[in-house]
Amino acid sequence: MQPTLLALTLVLLTVIGFLAGRSRAAASVGGRVAELHSVPSYHGLYVALWAGLPALLLFVAWTASEGWLAMQLVLSGLPDRLTAGDVQSLSLLKADILNLARGISTGREPDPAVAEAARRYGALRDLAGWSLLAVGASLAVAGLAWGRHRIGPDLRARPAVERVVRAALVVCSLVAILTTVGIVLSLLFEALRFFSIVSPADFLFGTHWSPQVAMRADQVGSSGSFGALPLFAGTLLVTVVAMTVAVPVGLMAAIYLSEYAGRGMRTWLKPTLEILAGIPTVVYGFFAALTMAPAVRAAGEALGLDVSSESALAAGIVMGVMIIPFVSSLSDDVINAVPQSLRDGSYGLGATKSETIRQVVLPAALPGVVAAVMLAVSRAIGETMIVTMASGLTANLTANPLQAVTTVTTQVAALLVGDQEFDSPKTLSAFGLGLVLFLVTLCLNVVALRVVRTYRERYD
Amino acid sequence: MSIRSQLKLRPRADQRPAAPVAAKMVARGVRVSYGAKPALKGIDLDIQENRVLALIGPSGCGKSTFLRCLNRMNDTIEGCRVEGRITLDGEDVYGRTIDPVQLRARVGMVFQKPNPFPKSIYDNVAYGPRIHGLASGRDELDEVVQTSLKRAGLWAEVRERLREPGTSLSGGQQQRLCIARAIAVSPEVILMDEPCSALDPIATAHIEELIDELRANYTIVIVTHNMQQAARVSQRTAFFHLGEMVECDDTEEIFTNPRDERTQGYITGRYG
Repeated sequence: MQPTLLALTLVLLTVIGFLAGRSRAAASVGGRVAELHSVPSYHGLYVALWAGLPALLLFVAWTASEGWLAMQLVLSGLPDRLTAGDVQSLSLLKADILNLARGISTGREPDPAVAEAARRYGALRDLAGWSLLAVGASLAVAGLAWGRHRIGPDLRARPAVERVVRAALVVCSLVAILTTVGIVLSLLFEALRFFSIVSPADFLFGTHWSPQVAMRADQVGSSGSFGALPLFAGTLLVTVVAMTVAVPVGLMAAIYLSEYAGRGMRTWLKPTLEILAGIPTVVYGFFAALTMAPAVRAAGEALGLDVSSESALAAGIVMGVMIIPFVSSLSDDVINAVPQSLRDGSYGLGATKSETIRQVVLPAALPGVVAAVMLAVSRAIGETMIVTMASGLTANLTANPLQAVTTVTTQVAALLVGDQEFDSPKTLSAFGLGLVLFLVTLCLNVVALRVVRTYRERYD
Repeated sequence: MSIRSQLKLRPRADQRPAAPVAAKMVARGVRVSYGAKPALKGIDLDIQENRVLALIGPSGCGKSTFLRCLNRMNDTIEGCRVEGRITLDGEDVYGRTIDPVQLRARVGMVFQKPNPFPKSIYDNVAYGPRIHGLASGRDELDEVVQTSLKRAGLWAEVRERLREPGTSLSGGQQQRLCIARAIAVSPEVILMDEPCSALDPIATAHIEELIDELRANYTIVIVTHNMQQAARVSQRTAFFHLGEMVECDDTEEIFTNPRDERTQGYITGRYG
């Protein structure tokens, strides 16, 4: 309620600030705008920023700390017998207070002291909300007045505004980077917990994957075994099948599109091909599980081969089809970027079209094509849905694409679906797998970048 | 310094054509249009064997278009229509029996901007002989590459670095590499489309000397914006203007005694 009100107030004040700043700037030079250091709209933005930005920062800082502060105040007012416990009972107490304050029943009759604390907590939060509104609004008004006061012909409003804009840009890029770092760190810490239970060597080189762990000591059969080699092998197998489909088809499609197709053909063919990239992977999954897998099985049986009903081949083929547009679209762009002068040079020597493409255009486009393929490989390794639906969950250590295999991503998904206890190696193994997956794709990207860079040095 | 005085400064006995020379290529009534836009309006021109013919004229006058008709490079441009008759040794180059790919092996081309392939120096020169199967075996190919580079005056500079990429050479060296590449397929005619416009004066002087030497073995057509260059390297000059060929004569004749006043205006720098 109060935050919404504050937000509305801030929007209103910044708009007023903009208009006020602009008109005051014009008025300060008697309408001869050319005498201003910056154009009037920059003065408007300057005042608007003064009105909005400090209040916004206050709002962010306040919201971040308010709950914690209120809780500390409430806790300090509680009798020692309640707060003296260990960390866990304290966090339980906090949860009780929060729930009571929100009117959610904890399921048991609350301690009168806790009920009182919850009431106080609610009152404090309410008070804090209103005072935030009051302080925020006055800060905005003060900022507006200050900004407006500073306006004059010599005010360097444009550089000031541009500094703020630049800071905002920096913050945005930091958000992306920090999120990545955060994800990696959380992955790393959970993975370390996992590796303290299961040794990395067993994990990386073990050949038996059976993550079921006994919940009770007397339970039979489920000892838990975390040899991830079958998963890596399965991922590799499916990826190889997918790339075998995607790279030749995608590359040749790109060559047709960029070198042979007429303008009319190209204008509808390329978007049509790109539609493939827009199909949800779940839909590919249907196709793989219901159409491709039985077809592969039937074809295999006709040839007298033993094919399981879920096979790496079926999943890989469908995944390859999914990846075709990545390869073709990126390669097409790269091939188009090869300068026409190289083609002319080749034609001028009496080379045919196909000689020109094979010996001049493709070598020149190679770094880009390699990058496209690497990107496609990353995509194939990270793909989950198709494999889950078409290739199964059986951890098979095999190089035979006609058998069911499972992949790293499929297992991660399976391990984390449903209710999980976050201290069992079964759940934690997902983070181990995630870490390996992350490292592999990272290496692929680094290699792709290096390839591109070395070739670029040689060819440009 | 006027063109006339420059010509006098550099008298060259061999530049003066003796007896009439056989025509290697003949163009009659060549019309070209890009879409609805006409680019050439009926060109009649003889290209004499073992002579350098310079095509001069203001930008957009159609001289590059004409050049590209001679080896059917215009085929690769969408919407380009060529009419009229062009013959090479009496054979119609737009005729049914001629394959444009084979034609381009006989009529080679060097472009305005040096465009070495993203390959080694050796492979750049070996490219043509390889695709046309002109050399059987390693040694013969080495021989062709060496001869071509020597003829292009580049051998001494690159003999130690044949495996380095062609793009690592300087602009003038790259252009000579492109000439070597064209020579390597043993063409009969070499077309050059402003081959020096991207080069500095020293590299330009190199190329000009080279063109003069190449004349002994090849028929050369060169498009140029630089009239001193036309005067220095060519025996015959054709002046193009607005899609028409205004006049064509011995180079000395054109520069000292032009018949058409448009030619006169252009070479004295009044327009263009």
